[in-house]
Amino acid sequence: MKMELIQPFINAADAVLSQGLHGTTKVGNLSMEEDAYRRKGVAGMVALTGDIEGRIVLDLEPQTAVRVASHYAGADLPESDGLIKETIFELANQVVGNAVCSLNDQGFHFRVHPPILLTAEEGDKTSEDVEALMICFETSMGNVFMNVALRHNKRRMSDHAAMGA
Amino acid sequence: MEQFAAVKRSKDGQAVRYLIVDDSVFARKNLARMIESFGGQVAAEAGDGLTAISEFDRTHPDIVLMDITMPQMEGIEAAEKIVQAHPEARVVMVSSVGYQENIVAALQRGARHFVQKPVKPEVLYEVIKYVLGEDGAVANVAGAGV
Repeated sequence: MKMELIQPFINAADAVLSQGLHGTTKVGNLSMEEDAYRRKGVAGMVALTGDIEGRIVLDLEPQTAVRVASHYAGADLPESDGLIKETIFELANQVVGNAVCSLNDQGFHFRVHPPILLTAEEGDKTSEDVEALMICFETSMGNVFMNVALRHNKRRMSDHAAMGA
Repeated sequence: MEQFAAVKRSKDGQAVRYLIVDDSVFARKNLARMIESFGGQVAAEAGDGLTAISEFDRTHPDIVLMDITMPQMEGIEAAEKIVQAHPEARVVMVSSVGYQENIVAALQRGARHFVQKPVKPEVLYEVIKYVLGEDGAVANVAGAGV
């Protein structure tokens, strides 16, 4: 997976988390994920279709998710509160939306799908043409994990090239 | 949350009434808190474009804050339908998908402005004042707001 596709997501997550959590965010570990995705806690997934397709997962350990959602809500939330899931969804949406804006400026066109909750402990395995990158953001409220798996849609890209020719 | 000098309706001095449209409960709550800090009032909320249209017809808000990516009917289409039926409607798109294509499409179809998520209260406050124009008045309270 090319870094030019990943970097906008890292920048967007850094900006969204720093602004929302009112603190500095540090990009920690980056690792390629070849095995099936293993959920860490509360995980929201946003799918992309278009010139680039794939999905982004924002995943927070349960206690981190509670702290982050409580911070946004301005009140302590219990672990069972539905607002926790909603908060993770909205954060995932904002990260993807901001990254997509940047990629759109580079000429890529997408459709962003509404977030869905990942409930399975394990996700699909990545394939040869869709590698996944896991990025850990260290925040004052705990680690936020972002798993990005994207690939160029070769058919769409060749259509664009033919139209431009 | 930071408090701002209240923005009222100039015709009657009442609170500006908002319709908040977003499929995310979190986003709606966040916007509602901002609106309250501007001295506004939430007239209604909707989680999709179709409900937004019926809620607009029911409540006739002064301003609609409309997300784009939503189930059932997306925000740009809902904004267009609301403005077609109510040309005086003031719709402000509030979305994280703020690339030029979307902004242009929204403005062409009747939206008055576009605010990128994550929303900064001070940005939304300025947009609200701009969109209300002469129909809005900032309360002149000494020491209040920014």
